[in-house]
Formats: sequence, structure tokens, C-alpha cells
Amino acid sequence: MDIVLMSAALIGFGILVYVLLDGFDLGVGILFLWAPRDADRNVMMSSIAPVWDGNATWLIFGGGVLFAAFPTAYSIVLPALYVPIMVMLLALIFRGVAFEYRLKTNPTHRWVWDTAFWGGSTVVALMQGMMLGAVIEGFRVVNNRYVGGPFDWLTSFSVTTGFALVMGYALLGSTWLIMKTEEATQLWARSVAKPLLLIVLCFILMVSIKTPLEYPQIAQRWFSFPNILWLSPVPGLTTGLALKAWKGIISKEEHSPFWCTIGLFVLSYLGLAISLYPYLVMPHLTFWDLAAPESSLKFVLGVSCFTLPIVFGYTIFVYRVFKGKVTEQKNFY
Amino acid sequence: MDVALLSRIQFAFTMGFHIIWPILTIGLVTFLAITEACWLKTDNPVYLKLYKFFAKIFALAFGMGVVTGIPLAYQFGTNFSEFSHQAGAIIGPLLGVEVMTAFFLEAAFIGVMLFGWNHVSPKVHFLATVLVAVGTYNSTFWVISANSWMQTPQGHGFEAGRMFVEDWWQIIFNPSFPYRLSHMLVATYLSAALFVSGICAYFLLKRVHIEVAKKGFKMAILMVAILAPIQIFIGDLHGLHTKEHQPAKVAAIEALWETRQGAPLVLWAIPDRELATNRYAIEIPKLASLILTHDWNGEVKGLNEFKEVGIPSVATVFYAFRLMVGLGTLFLFVGVWGAWATYRGNLYRSRWLQRLSIICAPLGVVATISGWIVTEVGRQPWIIQGVMKTRDALSPIIPEIVSLSLLGFVIVYTLMGFAFLYYVHHLIQKGPETFVLEEEWLELVTHTAHITPKGK
Repeated sequence: MDIVLMSAALIGFGILVYVLLDGFDLGVGILFLWAPRDADRNVMMSSIAPVWDGNATWLIFGGGVLFAAFPTAYSIVLPALYVPIMVMLLALIFRGVAFEYRLKTNPTHRWVWDTAFWGGSTVVALMQGMMLGAVIEGFRVVNNRYVGGPFDWLTSFSVTTGFALVMGYALLGSTWLIMKTEEATQLWARSVAKPLLLIVLCFILMVSIKTPLEYPQIAQRWFSFPNILWLSPVPGLTTGLALKAWKGIISKEEHSPFWCTIGLFVLSYLGLAISLYPYLVMPHLTFWDLAAPESSLKFVLGVSCFTLPIVFGYTIFVYRVFKGKVTEQKNFY
Repeated sequence: MDVALLSRIQFAFTMGFHIIWPILTIGLVTFLAITEACWLKTDNPVYLKLYKFFAKIFALAFGMGVVTGIPLAYQFGTNFSEFSHQAGAIIGPLLGVEVMTAFFLEAAFIGVMLFGWNHVSPKVHFLATVLVAVGTYNSTFWVISANSWMQTPQGHGFEAGRMFVEDWWQIIFNPSFPYRLSHMLVATYLSAALFVSGICAYFLLKRVHIEVAKKGFKMAILMVAILAPIQIFIGDLHGLHTKEHQPAKVAAIEALWETRQGAPLVLWAIPDRELATNRYAIEIPKLASLILTHDWNGEVKGLNEFKEVGIPSVATVFYAFRLMVGLGTLFLFVGVWGAWATYRGNLYRSRWLQRLSIICAPLGVVATISGWIVTEVGRQPWIIQGVMKTRDALSPIIPEIVSLSLLGFVIVYTLMGFAFLYYVHHLIQKGPETFVLEEEWLELVTHTAHITPKGK
């Protein structure tokens, strides 16, 4: 297989893992202030406190491997997204330190870190969604340099994708809470998961209709023969998963809503990848235009083959250590 | 101000603030691993109390390190995109490997370290501590390798305006790497030892938590006694090596404007860039030549040799170097005093040593940052020594936007810095005795922190 394509697959995989893992803990953060009781917030926080750091590391992985394997893409996209990246990084700080400082704060002042955690998580999700929209819309590039302005990323489409991702992460977070919590907290999580699922489905539908209409090459990718045959299960599977998630939320099931939401995210992500391939920087630059020399790709891929299985091994170990329901008595150190 | 200066200030500020936390955490986690090993071996609960107390401070510092570290990698792209474009094939993989071998390891096992006491056995818990320590070393290894390559680049070639790798071995183990790695690792141990000894000295001075404080103070101050002379020795080797590879940096350190034989050691001066001379200089004749060439009349290159390509900000490098060396000498003094007091058996009664230790608690971090200022500012105008200039490395962005993000970082980091100090102060006031597991749950979970009786 082509080494450039393998590198692209590695990054795509890293970003997907990031979206799924940090997605649920950002989602818990997005829902944080909406939870009715302080007791809910304690449980919500301790359900993600031991694992959020590992989840967030996938963000550095995605950025790091993009930098390593496609340095020119990095040098085009990051200046173009300067403002949302900086806002995201600052919001991440509020969110990250809240984990530590909230626990050590007197309950009467805890609202400061509750707000920081909620606001930070929401802004991070919003910025990531807007960046996703901007990446889909593409950048003005001349001679492998970004030539657009500082606010080109801000469009009605990117605002839409921004809100879509906030809702998507919130859905992941609420279904995570259904799985990890009990009683009142779980009931509340079920009650917010319902509208969130409907909103997310609307957004998926909107993006699926808008992109083929706007970009002829995406329409061609999906609707030309024989692609349409191979790709036709994607909308079907999406519908099936959405139905199963809904049933899980309204019944007594605790695991299926989360895993079905994960499935929805994976399918949407694959759908996007199918639409954008082979372009890394829309609308003109492909993976092959932007790849690092072979010596660098080989190094990164070699180290990944060796280290990522180990990373997965101990990540699974840590999740198993903290498996099961989170109650108020557990997990504080 | 232009994009170049603003981007440099922003990177320097975010880097300078970030490095505080790795300095503390790399050293502290090593200290924690030693403490936990002692606990497992002796079953003495004092070690466990010591562990739990410093693990709390470690957790705070680690959290700060994670969130302030992410902006650095992203700034390579947002603010120095030409650097990313041209050198990404070399720097990118080094940072990517850092993520894969270090960040994941730290992030996974710090959860077990902090939250896992009731979920895993003590031995597995110890393993988690050790793995976090290994993660911090891996991280230091790769990031110092990347930085050292920018100081002493080799093993790369050029093709179509971009660098590519000819030999990974030469890139990773570039000439200045061993010096910089050992200097930095010892700096983190020394800084953490000073930090621990300062806090324990505070307890001793206030006569609280005596048992825990004695143990921690002795461990830490003896660490200072061992590490301070080693650090001075490594620093000297590093300086001699820098003279071979980056003579302009050494000329700025010595504020030597003209190449000369028998160069004096300038103890203090006000370097004047306009006139290319020093004002109010206090010098020791010929000593710089002796130190740098081991010959009274050896030739030392002056800044005049580098006028064509540009020279760094001499005053910054000059003063930062003197601050670092001055503090290093102070640490040597503290270490020798501590070792002597231990030998005489009056370590815990020596009030002045305790007071001095408290003052030194944050100074290891200050000395390390000074050292980084010397090496980074001293490399200017180059971003990659002799290969690429900083002003050719910039992103196509406008200064207004950079000013705003810089302002954002200054405000947020100042807030976070104060929050850290506030909570560390809070932890120190509570002291190590209170961190008994069951009680802590009660305190955190029920909302009665202020009425829960302390000290079980």
C-alpha cells in the first residue's frame, strides 16, 4: 500500500479516536451546568477525571502526526485557522485545570470552576466544529501558502457545523452518563439524550444534503455508478443505529445508546472522509501534494506500528481499572 | 510591533510559562517513585503520607503542564508556518514520537496514580508511578533532541526548498544533545529537590507535621548536595561545547564584543549594543580565556565576527546567564550546608538553613528558565542555527491577531498561575497529615468540608 495513504489513514484514525474519546468527556463538560444537582456534577466529573487526560492526548497526536507526515498541510491550515485554534487552546486551559482545582475548592466557590469547565468544554467543541466546517469549505492557497484573511473560516456553514459538533459531543456525553451513572443522574441523562439525538440527526441530514449540492465532485463521488452501490448501506446503517440509540434511551438499556452514538459518529466521519478523499486541503491539494519525504513518513509509521498497540493495551487497562458505575463515594483520591 | 517580534514574544511567554510545570513534574514524579519504593520496602506510613502530599502538588503541576503544553506544538503551525513547511519533516516526527512514547504513557497512568488507590494493588500502583516517570523521561528525551537539533543541526538535506532526513541517527543524537539532555534532567531533579526541601523546611520551621517534614527535608536536601556540583560540572562541559558549535552565543554570554586573546571574564557590566562595548564593566583579566580554552592567552571569538549575519540580544543573554550561574552557586552552598548539617547531626535544628531552603524553593525553576533564555535567545537570529533565520520562519498572519492571542495568553496564564499558587498554599496549610483516604472522600463528597473534623 502507498506509504502516503497509510500516513493519511494513521492521521484519520488518530482524529477519529480523538473525536470519540474526547468527544464524550467534552460532552460531559458541555452538559455540566445543565445538570440539576451538585451531586450530579460530582458524579459527572469523577466519571471522566481518570481518563480525560489520555483522551485529550489524541488531540496532540493528531496535530503531531499531521505536522510530521504532512508538514505543508500543517503550514497552510494552521495559519488559516489561527483565531479558532487560539480560542480553542485558551478554552482547553480553563477546562483542563478545572479537573484539579474544582476538587480542592470550597463548595461555596465551586461555581467558578463549574463555569470554567462548562464554558471551556463548550467553546472547545464549538471551535472544533467550526474548524471542521472551514476544512470542508477549503482555503485560499497560492504556491503552497495560505493567502486568505484571518476570518475566512467564519461562515454560516462553519457556524452550523460548530453547533452540530457541540450537540454531537453533548449526545456522546449524555449517553456516556447513561452508561456510567445510576438513578437520578442517569434519569436526567436519558431526558437530555432524547432531544440531543433528534437535533444531531437533523444536523447530519443537513450536512448530507448541503455538501453534494454545493460540491459537484462530492455528488459524483456518492451518486455515480458503481459507487452508489458500495455506499448505499451508509445511510441505511445510520438510520438503523439512530433507531437503536433511541430505543435504548427510552428503555432501560444502559450501554446501547453510547455505542450506537459512537457508531453514528464513525459513520458520519467515514462519510466525510469518502466525500473529501483524496483532498487534504480543499479544494485542490491532495495527500500526495502535501506529504513529507519518504524518510519521515517511514519513521513515523514505523514508530506508530510499534507504539500504538502498546498505547491501546494500557489505555484499555486503565479503562478496565475504572470500569463500572461511578458513585459519589468512589474515585476521589 | 511586527509579526516576527510578537510571535517570538508569544512563543517565549507560553514556553517560559509551560516549562515551569515539566521542571517540577519530571523531578517530583522521580521523587514520588523513590518515596513509594521506600514505603513498599519499609512499610513506614511516613513515606505514604509524604507520597500522598506531594502527589497532590504533582497533580496540580501536571494538569498545568498538559494544558499549557498543547499550545506550543500548535504555534509551530499557527505562528511559524514557514518553519513547519521547511523543517516539518524533521521536527514533526520527533514531536510525533514524543506523543506516542511519552504523552500517552503519562496521561494513562497518572489516572491510576491519582485515582487508583482503591482500584489496584500497591505494587501495581507503584508500577503506575514508575511508568509516569518513564513517560516524563521519554518526553524530555525527544523534545530535547528536537531542540538540540535546532541548535546543532546535522543529518539533513535540502530538496525543493524543504529539508529532508538523510540520517535519523545523526539528527536524534546531534552534537549538543547529550549535554543539553543531561543538563536539563539534572535541572529538573535539582529544582524539584529544592521545591520539596523548601516546603518541608517550612513545616519544620513552623513545627508542624514534623515526622513527614523531617523525612522529606533530609531526602531533598541531600539530593541538592549531590546534584548541585554535578550540575555545575555538566554546565561547564555544555559551555565548552557551545563555544565550538555556537561561538556567537558564548560571545554574548561573555559580552565579548571583539575577538581577542587573553579575554577577561566580565563579572558585571551594562552591555551597550549601539557602541558595541560594555559600560561599568567589572572584569577579571584573562579568566574567560582560561575557562573556555584552558590557556591564559587563548583566543575567544567576539561578537564582531558575527555582525554580517546578526547577533543576539547581548544584554538578555548576559544577564540571564549570570542569574543562572549565581543561583547555581547558591544551590551548591545550600547543598554543602545541608550535607554538613546532616553529618553533624543537627539538620533539623538549623533554623537558618530552613529559612534559606524556603527562599530557594522556587529558585531552581527560575535558574532553569534563565538557562533556557540563554540558549534560545543566544541562538538568534537563527531559528535553526546556520540554516534558517527566525524572520524567514513566520506565518502569513497579521500582527493585530497575534497581539490579541498574546494578550489572551497573558491574561489566562496569569489567572492560572495565581490559581496554582492559591491552591498550593491551601495544600501546604492543610499539610500532609490530613490526606487520609476515607476522610478525604467524606470531605469532597458531602458538602461539609468546613465542619468535617480534621486529623484522624
